[in-house]
Amino acid sequence: MRALSTSLALLVLLAGCASAGARTTTAAAPAQAAPAAAATQDAGIGPQYPSTYQRHPNSPVLIRNATILTAAGQEIQGGSILFRDGRIVAVGTNVTAPTDATIVDGTGKWVTPGVIDTHSHIGVYAAPGTFGESDGNEATSPVTAEVWAEHSFWPQDPQIPLAIAGGVTTIQALPGSANLIGGRSAVLKLVPARSVQEMKFPGAHYGLKMACGENPKRVYGNRGGPSTRMGNMAGYRAAFIAAQGYRQKWDKWNKDHQGDPPERNLRNESLAEVLRGNIYVQNHCYRADEMMQMLDLAHEFGFKIRSFHHAVEAYKIADVLAREGTAVSIWSDWWGFKEEAMDGIYENAALVQQAGGRVVIHSDDASGIQRLNQEAAKAMYHGRRAGIPVTRDQAVRWFTANPAWVLGLDSLVGTLEPGKMADVVLWSADPLSVYARAVQVYNDGWLVYDRNDPAHQPKMDFTLGGEQP
Amino acid sequence: MIAFLLAQTIAITGGTVYPVSGPKIENATVLIRDGRIAAVGASVAVPAGATRIDASGKWVTPGFIDGAGQMGLREIGAVDNTNESAFRGNDVAASFNVLEGINPASSLIAVNRMEGITTTLAVPTGNLIWGQAVLIDLDGATIEAMRVKSPTAMVADLSEGSKAAGGGSRAGVAQRLRRVLDDAREYATRRADYRRAQIQPLSASAADLEALQPVLRGELPLLVVANRRSDIETALRIAKEYKLRLILAGVAEGWMIAGEIAAAGVPVLVEPLDNIPSYDALGIRYENAPLLAKGGVKVALMETATENTRDLRQQAGNAVASGMPWEQALRAVTLTPAEIFGVADRYGSLESGKVANVVIWTGDPFDFSTGVEHVFIRGREIRLRSRQTELLERYKTLPPKY
Repeated sequence: MRALSTSLALLVLLAGCASAGARTTTAAAPAQAAPAAAATQDAGIGPQYPSTYQRHPNSPVLIRNATILTAAGQEIQGGSILFRDGRIVAVGTNVTAPTDATIVDGTGKWVTPGVIDTHSHIGVYAAPGTFGESDGNEATSPVTAEVWAEHSFWPQDPQIPLAIAGGVTTIQALPGSANLIGGRSAVLKLVPARSVQEMKFPGAHYGLKMACGENPKRVYGNRGGPSTRMGNMAGYRAAFIAAQGYRQKWDKWNKDHQGDPPERNLRNESLAEVLRGNIYVQNHCYRADEMMQMLDLAHEFGFKIRSFHHAVEAYKIADVLAREGTAVSIWSDWWGFKEEAMDGIYENAALVQQAGGRVVIHSDDASGIQRLNQEAAKAMYHGRRAGIPVTRDQAVRWFTANPAWVLGLDSLVGTLEPGKMADVVLWSADPLSVYARAVQVYNDGWLVYDRNDPAHQPKMDFTLGGEQP
Repeated sequence: MIAFLLAQTIAITGGTVYPVSGPKIENATVLIRDGRIAAVGASVAVPAGATRIDASGKWVTPGFIDGAGQMGLREIGAVDNTNESAFRGNDVAASFNVLEGINPASSLIAVNRMEGITTTLAVPTGNLIWGQAVLIDLDGATIEAMRVKSPTAMVADLSEGSKAAGGGSRAGVAQRLRRVLDDAREYATRRADYRRAQIQPLSASAADLEALQPVLRGELPLLVVANRRSDIETALRIAKEYKLRLILAGVAEGWMIAGEIAAAGVPVLVEPLDNIPSYDALGIRYENAPLLAKGGVKVALMETATENTRDLRQQAGNAVASGMPWEQALRAVTLTPAEIFGVADRYGSLESGKVANVVIWTGDPFDFSTGVEHVFIRGREIRLRSRQTELLERYKTLPPKY
């Protein structure tokens, strides 16, 4: 009942915060032109704020005799999975353990890829949740494409180990949704670290958080606008028009190097990278009609919206979303906390899946991130009861392979296939059951959580000294 | 129409019945007549003319009771005009009873009852003393038809949320609550003096002091929101000093002092999935509800998100995953809250004579694979329809049929 007194405000704050993350592509990200912020690199600045992530050294691990859900079409009974040096080596029923492997008995247990959340504010709205940790909304101007979530992210947020215990291995930490354009996201490996740089997913693209609807007009309605949805649209368009000019200047200079380079502008730098396709648009947008407006906006400026976020009305335009190739990052059952969320239904995920769209179950919530598997289960079973076929493999993809695609990481993580990064969760039971708990969580082969071993239950600095009598 | 429906006799046959008041009964019949449960058992004769519902392979339980939220009091969280839960401008709103703020036509009711939630506590919100909470059934065209018990409890807050009402200090909150209770006592013995203004100014209005009398007499429970261990202990201390019937809600750090709470005989309402630390409760954890129950505390579970009260099922399942025995979790969403709210003579179990709030499930009510097949509230079968099911029908195939 803490929630009774405080969580409404929190809900409005956070739910309103759906933000879009930005990614930068690095050489490691497959199928992505190295975004490498051409403008900034060519300006002689070089790669900015690089990842310093390093894989934790581990012995090989073989989990055997488990039910393995690969999120790549297979459900293997009595299966084994072997990983070494952070990579999955083999998945199947006949896997031999190397002599130096740690053997984990998976009898009665289940295995999935690591859970990926495309929409988190942990780290930027860290616990204990005072003003001191409120770093998610740069609510000083409706367009702040120049801010980067990684510069707010607190790697000692005590919510991080809670999410890890829920099987989460990768997150996109987003700015909030106060602004039309809220800034760049941070795509992070969820591992204990001293700095956000040590968590940055090598090769990930930045996302750009954009927000539709009620939040920007509520925040800026009495502060110079926008105060209407048409004002919102005008704001996005003005920003991208400016970015078009900026991009042209830089592209020209990068080509001919005539004269001094144009002056840098961080806001336009982010937006120009969206126009070049290197930063992915992650768009908080609830209503179907508004998503249609945003698709028009994307057409006007020639970029793609990688994923709508929240999208409680996605089912009303599931056909369009499938055609556009825009994913939806949604809850299973949140609705009703604000007007633009009134039409949420349990079957949203199933209907988008059925139409051929790409579904992601996201959290936008430090509590919900701990059980994305459960939320996917709710959405799957309600879909089935409504007669919409959803396979278990599809439902597992909702919190693994599909969010990996939204972050541009689908060739690296999101499924259990040889060569993929060893982000692996061992569950006590069918992960689509309410009774399942993550027993072990491996991130890049590193055992970052073990339910039965306090030595593998990371604590943040904040939590130290808090042991109770 | 209502009379006709109430006169119906319904026999739910062949299901696995969980009466909660006793062990489960295989292949049992639940007989409903005139809105009440007429019989429960494996050898109940079905009267001729009864409407038979085949529950073979299904699970039959009492309707779930959620002791939290603002059902009927708040349509849209972010839209102030739709919120009736707070009496603003009065830190001591003891006389504020939410009953007439309840909207029986709220769209939240149909959405949640079709997932097996049949009874909820409509809780006011506020500062120090929030007002009087009312227990309602999630069916009925009028507040009279929905009302189960009004008032059910007086609600007060000793958590971080009430600090402003105590001059910014927890100590101030506790002292102000004591002063209000002292003044209510004095008021009760000196009403005439009060009317003649021959009494020093009291700390609350006559109406609010009057409303506290049943609390002081131990007739109306004081439901106190408290999360930090020391706040829970303050609530226990004050309840002991004034001989109050206390219910604790939230109780995030209660697991640290389960024995103390159990010894005081105080029941608690807990949200099992609440585990994000704040300065109000740095010791908050998933295992709170199971540890309290293990320590002998009477525990009811709750889901505080009003629009998703239906997730009480998920809360209960997670309590089990965190260590609470399954039977205890089922009790914690049925008979235990009925006991805590003083309606166990009518609610909370499948027993002859009780109000026929009954749910037929396809399986374990806590698990996601389970669906709801039938819901009865006061013996009336509820249509499993809501605004959400109608949106589904409209958009199931695109383009929609407008």
